[in-house]
Amino acid sequence: MYVLSAIVVLTALGLLLGLALGIAGKYLKVEADPLIEKVEALMPGSQCGQCGFPGCRPAAEAVVSGAAPVTLCPPGGTSLVEQLAKLLGVEVDLSQTQDQEPMVARVSEETCTGCTRCFKVCPTDAIVGAPKQIHAVVADACIGCKKCVEVCPTECLQMYPIEVTLRNWRWPKPLAA
Amino acid sequence: MSSKPISGPHTAVSRRVDQIMWLVIKAMAPAIACGIFLFGWPALYLLATTVAAALLFEAFSLKVKGVAALPFLRDGSAIVTGLLVAMTLPPWAPWWIGVVGAAIAIVLGKHVYGGLGQNLFNPAMLARVALLISFPIEMTTWANVSPLFTGPGVIESLGITFGSLPNADAVTGATTLGYVKTEFSQGRLLPGSLLEYSGFLAFIGWERGSLGETSSLLLLAGGIWLMWQGVIKWHIPVSLLLSIVLLSSLFHLLDSQHYLGPWVHLNSGAVMLVAFYIATDYVTSPNTPLGQIIFGAGCGMLIYVIRTWGGYPEGTGFAILLMNAVTPLIDHYIRPRIYGRYRNGKPLDISNS
Amino acid sequence: MFALFENPRLRGGIHAEEHKTETSSLPIATDFPLPKKLYIPVQQHVGKPAEPLVMVGDKVLKGQLLAYSQGTISAPVHAPTSGTIVDVKDFPAPHPSALPIRTVVLESDGLEQWAELNVVEDPFQLDPEEICLRVGAAGVVGLGGAVFPSAVKLSLGRKNKIHTLLINAGECEPYLTCDDRLMQERAAEIVAGIRLMLRGMDAPKALVGIEDNKPEAFAAMREATRNLPNIVVSQVPTRYPMGWDRQMLRYLTGQEIPADGRATDIGVVVHNVATAYAVYKAVCLGQPLISRVVTVSGAALAKPQNVEVPIGTLMSEVLAYCGLDKAKMARLVMGGPMMGDALPIAEVPVVKACNGILALSHADIEEPEVQPCIRCSSCVTACPVGLLPLEMASRIKVNQLDAAVDLGLKDCISCGSCSYVCPSNIPLVHYFKFASGELVKRQQAEHKAEQTKRLIEDRNHRMERIRLEAEAEAQRAAEARAARLAAQQQAQQAKAEGTEKTAPGVAAEETA
Repeated sequence: MYVLSAIVVLTALGLLLGLALGIAGKYLKVEADPLIEKVEALMPGSQCGQCGFPGCRPAAEAVVSGAAPVTLCPPGGTSLVEQLAKLLGVEVDLSQTQDQEPMVARVSEETCTGCTRCFKVCPTDAIVGAPKQIHAVVADACIGCKKCVEVCPTECLQMYPIEVTLRNWRWPKPLAA
Repeated sequence: MSSKPISGPHTAVSRRVDQIMWLVIKAMAPAIACGIFLFGWPALYLLATTVAAALLFEAFSLKVKGVAALPFLRDGSAIVTGLLVAMTLPPWAPWWIGVVGAAIAIVLGKHVYGGLGQNLFNPAMLARVALLISFPIEMTTWANVSPLFTGPGVIESLGITFGSLPNADAVTGATTLGYVKTEFSQGRLLPGSLLEYSGFLAFIGWERGSLGETSSLLLLAGGIWLMWQGVIKWHIPVSLLLSIVLLSSLFHLLDSQHYLGPWVHLNSGAVMLVAFYIATDYVTSPNTPLGQIIFGAGCGMLIYVIRTWGGYPEGTGFAILLMNAVTPLIDHYIRPRIYGRYRNGKPLDISNS
Repeated sequence: MFALFENPRLRGGIHAEEHKTETSSLPIATDFPLPKKLYIPVQQHVGKPAEPLVMVGDKVLKGQLLAYSQGTISAPVHAPTSGTIVDVKDFPAPHPSALPIRTVVLESDGLEQWAELNVVEDPFQLDPEEICLRVGAAGVVGLGGAVFPSAVKLSLGRKNKIHTLLINAGECEPYLTCDDRLMQERAAEIVAGIRLMLRGMDAPKALVGIEDNKPEAFAAMREATRNLPNIVVSQVPTRYPMGWDRQMLRYLTGQEIPADGRATDIGVVVHNVATAYAVYKAVCLGQPLISRVVTVSGAALAKPQNVEVPIGTLMSEVLAYCGLDKAKMARLVMGGPMMGDALPIAEVPVVKACNGILALSHADIEEPEVQPCIRCSSCVTACPVGLLPLEMASRIKVNQLDAAVDLGLKDCISCGSCSYVCPSNIPLVHYFKFASGELVKRQQAEHKAEQTKRLIEDRNHRMERIRLEAEAEAQRAAEARAARLAAQQQAQQAKAEGTEKTAPGVAAEETA
């Protein structure tokens, strides 16, 4: 008898609470996490996919939910890590993050056939040219997403590190003590 | 020539850490020598034991940490810490007091925080306070002045330091501060209880006290030499001593029966040692001149307050540790004014001039 | 109470071993043999590079324009001697990286034939604008090391109602004595240059600050300004970095320039003493800036001295002239030892900014291992700006650049005083140079990210438009097809009806 009443009471309680939660979930729903928008705004927005997520929005969601670390975005570099860590209030050892060397695509003029496939995929319109003519990459606009490299039929597009000149030369970090 | 870009300045080195440490050791040497002279062979044995233990613990900690120990042992910082610990011990204390003190100072006071430059508290003061609380008897048994060659001999002294021979009560007594505190507790008031006190003897160091703390004269001379050498700056010692003098003068003038005068305060206990060699510890004192003055004044005030109204006759150790704890706060709020800016960091406004 | 700590006339600084006596008593050598080839970079100043207007094979005369200035902040470069242009190419720059820079290569003919010089009878009667123009056309830039185009500064001074021209003759860097010697030997010319500058800016008075370790130069300048009450020559204490213009200004006038402003905001313009000499040459003699006095010193040299060298001479040739012992040289430095740059190779040209070439031996630059910071706060005491170098460096070490900026990183002048005094040999100023560069890099990266976002949005809009257009096109096509179909059907119907009603002609027309 006691057992039965316990089962009934608990079941009723469970159902009641479940119902309440269901209603709350329906009517008190927060539209979207505003944090995700903020994180997405910080990200490069090139949808390059180097983090393993299909774009910057899913990556931002993953960072906010904690599924991905704040260090997930290679093009964002240390600067992004620092901003994300500040925004999300997480501690991160910045001495371990390292900016990956920025790379840009360059067209090899010998093998380019002018097929136009590369500039169709370029997310920033950084490749200029016309059908049957040699294409060229505008290095300042290239974000190094490698999408053009993947579609090039003749492998004439390759990634190269950005050339160091007197204008962009910077002091390296001193070796740690 | 290497191809890695080298930044300036392209000059010879001005002064290195090890040179600074050796200057400090040199400055302390006369006071230490005086302590050994006044208290005989046991003092020397205790000193040697403590310094050797400090070096051993330093090497051990570095080994555990997995760093090459030699460059750090050579910089002399462990020797300075060992010497400072020994200087604050009763000269006839048993050997293990020195060893435990060195262990607390080096391992707990320094390496637990991450080694040289990382510690929050002054290692020597940490050791002193920890020893005082843990071993009150050993830490408050003060030998009478018994100069070298007149006191116990070389072999006999081995027994005092290493053999834990119970000291004959005849050769020990209280320090001035301890004595006065006891007299107060028995209702006896000041001028009477200080009849045998000689201000001059206290100044040169001829009184009961810790191994390296008694001679105000030599500590002061060493400290002034360090200032002249540019190793320490005037801010902390001056503000510390000045605040003690001001407070003790004030209360002494108000009620000379209950409050000791400034001369007794300055020449008793560890005030001189602390003012020039402990409070000025780079690691645990503030970075800016103004911060250092606040720090020094705070130390002086706490020393006076603890001595006068606290339960312990001597308050330097506690005062230093308390102010050490405040140092990060001082450093956070007291920053130098940047050129062309107000103290709050805003650029100077010249529109109305 | 605060005032005691806040407003000293002279704050921080260090006194390094001077090493000035090796060269300060020797006269400036003017018999430097003319090099066979001169390498003249088109950018030797702050701002836009000059644009070459000579072609390979051109014959040029001494003082002839080689490259003209582009834009407002730029400066031209001139031929240091007569000869033939043999190349315009990329050549290693006198820079710690020795990266290439566009350089005009001139082969001298040994004749030293001057181009026609534009000299006026009484230069002190020239209009202020004319003085500025002539200074600009002569390619005069700040010779203290900042190489900011002088004409721009003069015009700025004229526009901003200047009350004082400060002539910086501090020369606080160890080793360097070129300004010292220049003042000892050519004080009258310098003073003429100062008077021209005053006229060019419509400024009433000039202050000359000379460190008190140069008594002869001070005496010479005093003598040369004896009858000129509006030029005051004063001594300042020998304390690096006295030659930091803001430090000298505060010492001499008690005024401080706001952190976000410049000297003109408080009615002052600062020029280097060697610049005054170059102004004299440009306006009185009509000669452009084609040579400069360089201190060549260091323990690896047999004959350290000040040499007047044509711009574009390879440093290796200057060093050889001064008796370089290659085996002894551990480091080659352009400029002074405190703020100068170590150069990886000696085959780089002397440029307008080069006030010193130092061949330092191992003993001069002894470098013990870096030890942990002991928080001795020597760097705080030494910092002339009032920063906390130890705190900034500890942040930068763990890449917390924003925290370092909060502590005042952007106010750092990279004078190196902190590194010099550091007993642990921590490369503090190197950390700050790194961090400053990194901040610029980040700023550029942020700029690029914004640009990228815009590009992506543009592209998305375009794609959307193309898609919409394609859709519209498809719809039109579909409609057209539907219409055609409808017409066909109608025609067929009509045909069918026509066959019934015997009217084929009409139906055929309709289907056509």
